[in-house]
Amino acid sequence: MSLDPATVKRIAQLARIRVTDDQVAPLQSQLNGILGWIEQLQEVNVDGVAPLTGAADMALRMREDRVTDGGIAEKVLANAPDRAGEFFAVPKVVE
Amino acid sequence: MSYTVAGAEGEWEIVCGLEVHAQVTSQAKLFSGASTEFGAEPNSQVSFVDAGFPGMLPVINAECVAQAVRTGLGLDAQINLVSKFDRKNYFYADLPQGYQISQLYHPIVGAGHVEIEVEGETRRIGVTRLHLEQDAGKSLHDQDPSRSFIDLNRSGVALMEIVSEPDIRSPEEAGAYLRKLRSILRYLGTCDGNMEEGSMRADVNVSVRKHGEPFRTRCEVKNVNSIRYVMHAVEVEARRQVDVWESGGEVRQETRLYDNVRGETRSMRSKENAHDYRYFPDPDLLPLVLEEAWVAELKTHLPELPDAKRARFVSQYGLSPYDAAVLVAEQATAVFFESVAHGRDAKAAANWVMGDLFGALNRTGRTIEDSPVSAAALGEMLDLMADNTINGRIAKDVFEAMVETGDMPGAIVEARGLRQVTDTGAIDAAIEAVIAANGDKVEQYRGGKEKLFGFFVGQVMKAMAGKGNPALVNEALKTRLAA
Repeated sequence: MSLDPATVKRIAQLARIRVTDDQVAPLQSQLNGILGWIEQLQEVNVDGVAPLTGAADMALRMREDRVTDGGIAEKVLANAPDRAGEFFAVPKVVE
Repeated sequence: MSYTVAGAEGEWEIVCGLEVHAQVTSQAKLFSGASTEFGAEPNSQVSFVDAGFPGMLPVINAECVAQAVRTGLGLDAQINLVSKFDRKNYFYADLPQGYQISQLYHPIVGAGHVEIEVEGETRRIGVTRLHLEQDAGKSLHDQDPSRSFIDLNRSGVALMEIVSEPDIRSPEEAGAYLRKLRSILRYLGTCDGNMEEGSMRADVNVSVRKHGEPFRTRCEVKNVNSIRYVMHAVEVEARRQVDVWESGGEVRQETRLYDNVRGETRSMRSKENAHDYRYFPDPDLLPLVLEEAWVAELKTHLPELPDAKRARFVSQYGLSPYDAAVLVAEQATAVFFESVAHGRDAKAAANWVMGDLFGALNRTGRTIEDSPVSAAALGEMLDLMADNTINGRIAKDVFEAMVETGDMPGAIVEARGLRQVTDTGAIDAAIEAVIAANGDKVEQYRGGKEKLFGFFVGQVMKAMAGKGNPALVNEALKTRLAA
């Protein structure tokens, strides 16, 4: 499998990464390199082997349903580029 | 009779499936310890996890998991003992992580079903799956000319997405499905079902086809927030698609927006790219593994659900299926009714609850939870009728006084002297007075105009200020008029 330039541009757009035209070719070759490695992995027969989603062979730990966090609006908003009162403010999203 | 959309080329059938997003009832969020309470100050219920700060790790809330399992059990669905979380990637200002944690590939709940009844006909609507996911924050677009405001209080709150099979065939069925689902969720206590506060929202998938055809292309109408709007969205979207097909066009698979003011759906072009969510397993979360014994334990504590309660009301109290359905729709109403009916005439209890009580609640804008008349008070009133302390007509007045004052019926009857008159001497005296004053009508009655009997009863009751015992009055009148 290899990516064409249009797919590279689309991936970049979905990831909201600005890619100039002259960057497409090098990115294409780098991404294809990664895909080549993945393709090598595909050669291994994994019939009947459950997908491994983590290195630790354990299940999810759960916590109690108690309110233990929140009430830190100032800290949450501290890095906001713009705010209005206690709200984050962002360039208008028009629907 | 099945519902169809009339087109120029004949009848079209609606095919509809619903994705319902139900907010899980819990204290804290799905993956953080911040509160879920509605209506708090902006961003006051946000942890660093909910705000998508780097390095913050999600830890799942056990109660949210239990609520999803309870809901699955209530939908008679398969519970998956192993489920997994995936990332659904998209960019939006109210989604600080840049992805929503959801369960695409391995949901916690599999196939189940909901039974609905429309026009006396029972149908089973399949539930494909139920999965847990995070809610996003809230955007306010109308506060500032050039900026949108973001409140992340809702960000990270647990949602259950409940996906139905495309089994729904009319707007009425869509409404019945949502009402039934909401009723089940409320009984279970897993979602408050409050659509005004956004605790329950629906995405509506609609396509149309000629009878016997395979499915045609569907459109998804996003985020419809009331049952009435869902029904209307199904109707207008189906109509639109019929018009597109019949004018030689082709329905495009797309996301549309329902406009309740204009009563139409329209394309959301912004969502054109949105379908490429690049799902992948969330590396922050291990598989969610449930113990079978834990699921069984949850099952033993499930409440009696609406269908079972309805069947019991029919068999135990002799109610009609319709009346039983009305009484079980809200759990609080069912509890109220059972408390009134306990040890009493259940049909009378049902009639008072559904008639006078519902009327009074409507009029006063109250709910059954803060009813001006308690179940105990209504029960006492039924007792006063049963032991002939008051008659049915006076009972109506007593009930109105109960609504107004909140007093107990016994006290009202005593204070206002509404006790039924069973003294035959007083009844006879009233009858004699009425007969003396209406000689002409007595003649007509004796001449065969028997319909006048009702007139005499009315006059006697009026003379007795409504307090006469109706059976005694009837009997004495019959005898006297025949004499």
